[in-house]
Amino acid sequence: MVAIVDYGVGNLFSLTSSFAAIGAEVTVTADPLVLQEADRIVLPGVGAFGDAANKLRACGLDTVLKELAANGKPLLGICLGMQLLFEKSYEYGEHKGLGLIKGCVRPIADVLPSADYKIPHIGWNPLIFKQNNALLSNIQNGDCVYFVHSYYAVDCDESVIATAEYGAELTAAVASGNVYGCQFHPEKSGTVGLNILRAFVELKENTAC
Amino acid sequence: MITKRIIPCLDVKDGRVVKGVNFEGLHDVSSPVSLAKYYSDNGADELVFYDITASSDGRRLFTDILCETAKSVFIPLTVGGGINSVADFDRVLKCGADKVSVNSGAIRNPALIAEAAKLYGDQCVVLSVDIKRVDGVFRVFAKGGRENTGMEAIEWIKRCVDNGAGEVVVNSIDTDGVKQGFDLPMLKAVCDAVSVPVIASGGAGKIEDFITLFHTLPKVDAGLAASIFHFGEVSIRDLKQHMADSAIPTRL
Repeated sequence: MVAIVDYGVGNLFSLTSSFAAIGAEVTVTADPLVLQEADRIVLPGVGAFGDAANKLRACGLDTVLKELAANGKPLLGICLGMQLLFEKSYEYGEHKGLGLIKGCVRPIADVLPSADYKIPHIGWNPLIFKQNNALLSNIQNGDCVYFVHSYYAVDCDESVIATAEYGAELTAAVASGNVYGCQFHPEKSGTVGLNILRAFVELKENTAC
Repeated sequence: MITKRIIPCLDVKDGRVVKGVNFEGLHDVSSPVSLAKYYSDNGADELVFYDITASSDGRRLFTDILCETAKSVFIPLTVGGGINSVADFDRVLKCGADKVSVNSGAIRNPALIAEAAKLYGDQCVVLSVDIKRVDGVFRVFAKGGRENTGMEAIEWIKRCVDNGAGEVVVNSIDTDGVKQGFDLPMLKAVCDAVSVPVIASGGAGKIEDFITLFHTLPKVDAGLAASIFHFGEVSIRDLKQHMADSAIPTRL
């Protein structure tokens, strides 16, 4: 079973529907026991980093997620959910993340070469593969996925498995052991997106390390 | 490299798509769910559902259909028509819409855009503007293009973007339905004035109109059309292949 973490951030309708569409059993929950029983966990999120991080902490889910990740349970962060996996973010100040992946989150505007590149980075952009990873096993280098974001992950070279070109190379997907992240929205990326979710559902559960 | 988006727009009334012909493999052309799935499977980058229902029963039917569509179509969905309040945003976002387009609702209540952007983020709020030249000046029209508001269009768009509109759909009343191509001078004026994505609407009659649009105005992000797709005059697959062959960044 896939458990989508419900911490009051964003709309989970499409995400839930996309897992249902690939035949996965899916539940939306904030209950630590349900998260513990799930085979894998999805951390969604839209909105501002600081606000979302506070909400996770307020319901104690930050500790729960860290424990489950440390025990080897596959965890996939999507969009802001991926950004939360990093150590910190510089979105309106400085905010602490879960620290499950080394690196931090900074404004895209910092690296854009000209005003021709609009913020947010919104639309379909091809993935550039950087490392072989099970998460990408059902798709091809160059497949397009749908992005909507104004911040991106930096200083995380070791975990970057795919990027997208937008004036600069933006971190698009990351993996570190059993912890995965997509900056784009697989649930809005058509067949390619569903194939990524399918790969996540088919991952073997790691043993504790 | 971000790709240029092709967006079919479906007008929905009392739960049915208003216009269209039968495509091969599509049994019910007036079912929004089947048509949306068909377009998604055939290369549409995004879909706009436009609710032209007046009754509250029809409105309920619309949200039911939206939910059903979002269960089987996994590309971005924008919803417009009858959006007058934050409660309307909430109603359609809960049913799987990703973006909400406001037009007359923002003219009646200019605070709506700022309110919605604060709650749901700029990326969620799309400003849709019907523009017509009156004595050589771009004017904003309301009520489906029937009423001249007297407002100058570029100033209006700038104000809405400052308030948090994350994208602008520019619908030229002057070229709409004429099928002689998009309104390039109008679109250029908007692209020069704002830094958010601009979506061109009104005037597309054939594949070459989209090629001309993206070649002439590389700052335009997307082309939107309705009847030429629904009547099969232009197939999205052919269109996108032509775009790719013409060196326009395209998702195939």
